[in-house]
Amino acid sequence: MSDVTMRIWRGDSTGGQFENYTLEQNEGEVVLDVIHRIQATEAPDLACRWNCKAGKCGSCAAEINGKPRLMCMTRMSEMPEGPVTVTPMKTFPIIRDLVTDVSFNYAQAEKVPALLPPPMPEGGYRMFQEDVERSQEFRKCIECFMCQDVCHVIRDHEDNKQHYAGPRFFIRYAELEMHPLDTNDRRDLIREDMGLGYCNITKCCTEVCPEHIKITDNAIIPLKERVVDAHYDPVAWLGRKIRRKTKVSAQDAAVQPAP
Amino acid sequence: MSTNTQTEHHEYDVLIIGAGGAGLRAAIEAKQRGLKVGIITKSLLGKAHTVMAEGGMAAAMGNVYEEDNWMVHFRDTMRGGKYLNNYRMAELHAKESPDRVWELEQWGALFDRTKDGKILQRDFGGHRYARLAHVGDRTGLELIRTLQQKVVSMGTDVFMECKVLRLLHDQDGKIAGAVAYWRASGEFVTFSAKAVVLATGGVGKSWKFTSNSWEGTGDGHAMAMWAGAELIDMECIQFHPTGMVWPLSVRGILVTEGVRGDGGVLRNSEGERFMFNYVADMFRSETAESEEEGDRWYEDHAAGRRPPELLPRDEVARAINTEVKAGRGSPHGGVYLDIASRRPAEFIRRRLPSMYHQFMELAGVDITREAMEIGPTCHYIMGGVKVDADTAATKVPGLFAAGEVAGGMHGANRLGGNSLSDLIVFGRRAGMGAADYIEGLQGSATLNQGEVDAAIAEALAPFNRENGENPYDIQRDLQEMMQANVGIIRTGSEVEAAIETLENFTERVQNIALKGGRQYNPGWNLATDLPSMLTVSKCTARGARDRKESRGGHTREDFPGTDEQLSKVNIGHTLVGNDWTASIKTEQIPLLPIPAELKALLEEGK
Repeated sequence: MSDVTMRIWRGDSTGGQFENYTLEQNEGEVVLDVIHRIQATEAPDLACRWNCKAGKCGSCAAEINGKPRLMCMTRMSEMPEGPVTVTPMKTFPIIRDLVTDVSFNYAQAEKVPALLPPPMPEGGYRMFQEDVERSQEFRKCIECFMCQDVCHVIRDHEDNKQHYAGPRFFIRYAELEMHPLDTNDRRDLIREDMGLGYCNITKCCTEVCPEHIKITDNAIIPLKERVVDAHYDPVAWLGRKIRRKTKVSAQDAAVQPAP
Repeated sequence: MSTNTQTEHHEYDVLIIGAGGAGLRAAIEAKQRGLKVGIITKSLLGKAHTVMAEGGMAAAMGNVYEEDNWMVHFRDTMRGGKYLNNYRMAELHAKESPDRVWELEQWGALFDRTKDGKILQRDFGGHRYARLAHVGDRTGLELIRTLQQKVVSMGTDVFMECKVLRLLHDQDGKIAGAVAYWRASGEFVTFSAKAVVLATGGVGKSWKFTSNSWEGTGDGHAMAMWAGAELIDMECIQFHPTGMVWPLSVRGILVTEGVRGDGGVLRNSEGERFMFNYVADMFRSETAESEEEGDRWYEDHAAGRRPPELLPRDEVARAINTEVKAGRGSPHGGVYLDIASRRPAEFIRRRLPSMYHQFMELAGVDITREAMEIGPTCHYIMGGVKVDADTAATKVPGLFAAGEVAGGMHGANRLGGNSLSDLIVFGRRAGMGAADYIEGLQGSATLNQGEVDAAIAEALAPFNRENGENPYDIQRDLQEMMQANVGIIRTGSEVEAAIETLENFTERVQNIALKGGRQYNPGWNLATDLPSMLTVSKCTARGARDRKESRGGHTREDFPGTDEQLSKVNIGHTLVGNDWTASIKTEQIPLLPIPAELKALLEEGK
């Protein structure tokens, strides 16, 4: 097979440049295979993050020809003619080469008030398949953070990271809100502190999701509806006041020990 | 406490190394006991190899078959392990796994449901009843995410992308901490801890064809042994006969037996359907004699006998191995699994949808048009650190181990679904064991600074060499050597050759020279993984040499049967000295005697 040139960004937080690596193409390779061959030969210090190499762990996200992709799921044969450009995810600070500091996402995860289920009855909870399916879709998330990377609210506006959880965590909140066992109420938190209102539904996140989770349609829009209803609808507001006996506000939940 | 002021230092009650299912479950338990817990992981949180598990976690909840109970599960596990198991681990596992699964639901896990709203359980090989709690084919992800979210909600310190180099002792020889480095910065960090739990997973990365990720380098196995613990059953490794060997993008991915069940056949480079040459006498009466007869069987099981492609896993694997060694393999060291020429494309897509899509998406391989290149693939190690079943304690005070790094639970062969449940049952027990141990501790510990200094000096040595080897070359050669000599089918002479060659590898690793700096340098990372890979490879080879029989995941071509004397022992390994290059002592250790009431359960099933 013919040769291919990989144009890879190399550098660290102080700056860097593109370097070209030209090597023979093998049949059936994905971008990560080629990166590994470069590591094993020309550049053993080329930094890239990866684990399962089967599209299940979400470690190897990068931008390939400008688009967020999992390197292990991007076949070389689908690349257009010419050099293949690989750059780190733009939204996160660079550590080195293709590796970025994704700690923003782990900090967001720490803010999520945990599931608050009722005590478990003897022999386990009873839940029905149709009731668990909505949240199961969101639990397919492999945390590649490409939805976070592509979301222009934080991709283009660093300041917004202070008060915006991002699509990955909107599906996490949606998962908990729709969880059959949950008694926690995170709606004020989502509206006031997690910046759900900043999302203007451009669906970029849905387009890049390697798990094909319908982030916008199935999580963000229903979440917006719930939060808005809860905030402006007096009947819903009254209902919530009454239901507080079972639903606990996020603030209260935060001080309760997790079960 | 460490007096070294240059190195970042942290103090914990319990330090957990590894953030897969076992490590996270251990952390939760220790946290619930009010202890200060730190978790160290080589990767980011939530990326551990646990996510790869698809099938489910075995627990005798009886949701689908009321007849199921712990006693049946115990018997299945022991039988699957060819009775080499630590019986007490198998017993605890069978008894406790249902509670561990239910507990996950309280933390947010959402399993697939039965019609009446209970956790659905699926059938799996070796389990008498449908027993695996699951979420589609992503049960491992569900397990790790649930535990990860629980750990985070409890406010646990997690050191991500931090690689532990050595365990540290105190002045009395108890485990007192660890020395590590941050991958991002390359800076060193020391930890003192009253107890350390190893939960580092497996060793598969030492083989050329493996389903394991880069992390499976046996760090925990090796560090435990270097610190004075004992490894057992290291020869017992589960290989799958049909893993993809090419293209690279799918290497290691397992091809379900269903492909053969639906008409797929094995061919060598000459196009011959070679399995007909490998039908052992004991299978002759039930196996087709000709291709025509075998083909009739697919249509109507009464019209012919089973084709030889459907012989037991080890028979198929041995045949593939022999063909490759005879020079009739495919270009990349496997053989061909062909369903494309035998079934219409539409049939293949309908019967094997996930196989079809996986290969199409990952490799552009259309299994309806071309044959697959497959070969035996390293999947899981049953052997590991010898532990006490109830407490997960090793023989070194203060050191505990759980999950794939611990040995004994699965004996000579693991049943599918028993590994996820192993993680949560013994992860919890390791957390409890560590907490109980700490309660009984007296006095304060002083880290052995000499050990810290030696580990750091050794880690930095490759940067100081002008000329030396590329660690990737060593890794590739090691993988090829282990695949060829200590693979799925072993013989005495090849295993002896491997033991000798591994000494050369030890020298080569001590002559690595590195390019670049310390900041997120994968070459350096590999250089620090290689000593672990060599230590576990040596133990596997030595165990394979001494177990002169075939049992479970260990097959000796020159000793195809089982041996009565060897059925009563584990093969154990300890280090003679304290340096990773020191020699290894290998000896037989008698199995724990099984109490009469449990023995009776085993007899019932025979």
